[in-house]
Amino acid sequence: MRIEKHPILTFPKTEDIIFIFEGKKVKGIQGDTIASALHALGIKTLSYSIKEHRPRGFYCAIGNCASCNMIVNGVPNVRTCITPLEENMVVERQTNKGVVK
Amino acid sequence: MLNKTGIPEKELVLSRFPNQKALLKPKAILECYEDIPCNPCSTSCPFDAIEIGPNINVQPHLLVDVCTGCGVCVPSCPGLAIVIAQIRGNDAVFKIPYEFLPMPEKNAVWDGVNRSGEVICDALIEQVVINKKQDHTAVVTVSVPVEFLHDFVTIRVKL
Amino acid sequence: MIEKDLIIIGGGPSGLCAAKTALEAGMEVLLIDRSPNLGGQLVKQTHKFFGSKAQYAKTRGFDIAKKLITDLEKFEKLEIKSNTTVTGLYSDHVVTTYDNHEYLRYQAKAVIVATGASEKFLAFENNDLPGIYGAGAVQTLMNSYGVIPGSEIVMVGSGNIGLIVSYQLLQAGVKVKAIIEAAPTIGGYKVHASKIRRLGIPILTSTTVKKAIGKDAIEEIEIVSLDEKWNEVPNSSQFISLDALCISVGLSPMHQLLSMVNAKTKFINELGGFVPVIDHHHQTSIPGIFVCGDAVGIEEASSAMMEGYLTGLYASNHLGKCHPNEKEMITHYENQLSMLRDGPFGIKTKVGLEKLREGNKHAE
Repeated sequence: MRIEKHPILTFPKTEDIIFIFEGKKVKGIQGDTIASALHALGIKTLSYSIKEHRPRGFYCAIGNCASCNMIVNGVPNVRTCITPLEENMVVERQTNKGVVK
Repeated sequence: MLNKTGIPEKELVLSRFPNQKALLKPKAILECYEDIPCNPCSTSCPFDAIEIGPNINVQPHLLVDVCTGCGVCVPSCPGLAIVIAQIRGNDAVFKIPYEFLPMPEKNAVWDGVNRSGEVICDALIEQVVINKKQDHTAVVTVSVPVEFLHDFVTIRVKL
Repeated sequence: MIEKDLIIIGGGPSGLCAAKTALEAGMEVLLIDRSPNLGGQLVKQTHKFFGSKAQYAKTRGFDIAKKLITDLEKFEKLEIKSNTTVTGLYSDHVVTTYDNHEYLRYQAKAVIVATGASEKFLAFENNDLPGIYGAGAVQTLMNSYGVIPGSEIVMVGSGNIGLIVSYQLLQAGVKVKAIIEAAPTIGGYKVHASKIRRLGIPILTSTTVKKAIGKDAIEEIEIVSLDEKWNEVPNSSQFISLDALCISVGLSPMHQLLSMVNAKTKFINELGGFVPVIDHHHQTSIPGIFVCGDAVGIEEASSAMMEGYLTGLYASNHLGKCHPNEKEMITHYENQLSMLRDGPFGIKTKVGLEKLREGNKHAE
C-alpha cells in the first residue's frame, strides 16, 4: 500500500514501471527499488531459506542482511532492497545459494 | 516515572508552569526534562527569553518576564516539548505543535488529551498556522476549560 | 588500476563531511556508496535534529542530507559512485568495487572508511518471518519509498530509533499497538517517549518478545515480562495480533572492511560492538586507512558529521595537503564533539572511547 498524503513528505506522482514477477506482469513506480515495488504490491515473501525453505522477507533495507536476495534478469543474489527497479526486469524468488546460469 | 513510562510526574510539570498571575499573558512551557545536547529553542527566541548558554547540555530556563508568548519556540523544538499557555477567563488557551493529518480546522471541536494519552475534555480549535519557517510543524491555537491547564497537552480528532 | 588521492567509502553524513574538508584541502576524492542515493540514513529521517546550529539543529534529517550533498557540488575534484559496493579493501590502499556492471580496481593514497552501522537483531522463535523488519528499514520503506510496511505494528525497543520510528509510523497512518522494552526504563530521550504517550501508545518496559507466529508472514507475537534479572516471569504471556514487527535493539558498527585489512579491532560494548582501534587522528592501525562515524562507535548523526569533518582534515594532512584553515577547524570541530559528548547522554561514548584508547601503544 502506498502513502498518498503525509504531514511532512510529499510523494509526487511518477511514471509506472512494468516488470515481471514470477512470470506475471506487475507495476512499480519510478524511484522504487525492486523490494519496495514488491512490497507495495503486498508481496512480503522475497526468498526461501536454503535448507528449510522458510519464507524470508525485507529486513535491513541497506543491502546488508541478504534476506531480500532474488534472481533478477537471471542473475542470482541481487540485493533487491538497494537495486533500483527498471522497466521489464524479470524478478524471481531464489531458493538456493544462487546459481549463475 | 518519566523514565519508566514517558509521562512526567505532576510536580515536574508544575515546575515548568509560571504562576497564575504571569499566565494572564501567554508564556512558554518548556517541558524539557533531560540534559540533551540541544539549543534551537534558545537560539530561535527573538526576545532571548530562553536561557541555555554555551554548554548546550543544560536544560532550557525560561525568563518569564521577558517571554511574550510569541510561539516561535514551539515549532523549533525537535522534541516537540514546548507549548504556549495562557489563562483567559474560564479558558486555558494553548499554542501546540502538531504534525499529523488530518490537520484541524478553525472552529472545529476536537478531543483534548493529557500526557497519558487519555481524552479529558473538548478542545476548541481557534487557529492553525503553518508557514515555511515552521517546516511542516503546524502551530495550533486551542482552548480548553481552565481546570485542565496543567493536564491538557495535545489534541486528537474525535472518532 | 585507477589512481585517486583519497577514497571515502560510505556517503552518509560522516563520509559527506569528510569529503567536504578533504576537497577544501585540495584533495582529489572518490566517494563510494552502495545505495542508489547519497545521504546514508539521513535521507529517511523526517524528524528535526537536536544539537546546535553547527549540527543543523531543528532541521529535518533529509534536509540535512540535501545540504551536505549540495555543499559538495562545487568541487570539481570529486567523483561520486553510487549503487556501487566496495568488494575489497587492501592495506596498500587498493579498493575494488562492483556496481552490477563492472568490477574496478582503484589505487588510493589514503582511504576513509565511513560505512556506518547496521541494525542488531534479536533472537526469538520465528524471527525470520516476513513482516519482521529492522526499524530503520521500516523508516526507509515509508519515508524514502512511500510504502506502508503494515497496518498494525509493534515496536521492539524504546531507544531513540524505536521511539522516533513509532512516531513516524503514526504520521504515515500506521497503528502502533505498543512499544516493548526489555529494560526496566525507557532507553531514548524522554521527549520522544512523551510524544508517543500523548498519542495513546503504551510503552511496556521489562517486556520482551518470545515468539513470532504466522505461516507465510507474521500474524501474532507472544510477549513475556522480565524480572530484575532479565529472566522470563512465568505465566506472563500475552499475545498481540499484528502484521508487522519492528526490531530496534541497537546498532552495530560495520567494521568488516577494516577486518579485511586486518586493522586492529576491539570489542567495546559502549560503542556498539567491534570497533577499529584508532589514534587521535582517526587513523586505524593500518597507516593511511582512517575511519569515522558510526563505523568507529555508535553515536548520533551530529557526532558523525563532526567526526567526518575532522577525519577529512586528518587524512589530508597525512597526505601533506593541509587545509588552509586546518588548525582552527580542528579546534572548532573537536570542541563541538566534546560539547555533544559532555552531557549525561555522552557518558557511554566517553567511557567507550577511553576503553578504545586504553593500553594501546598505537593509540598513544
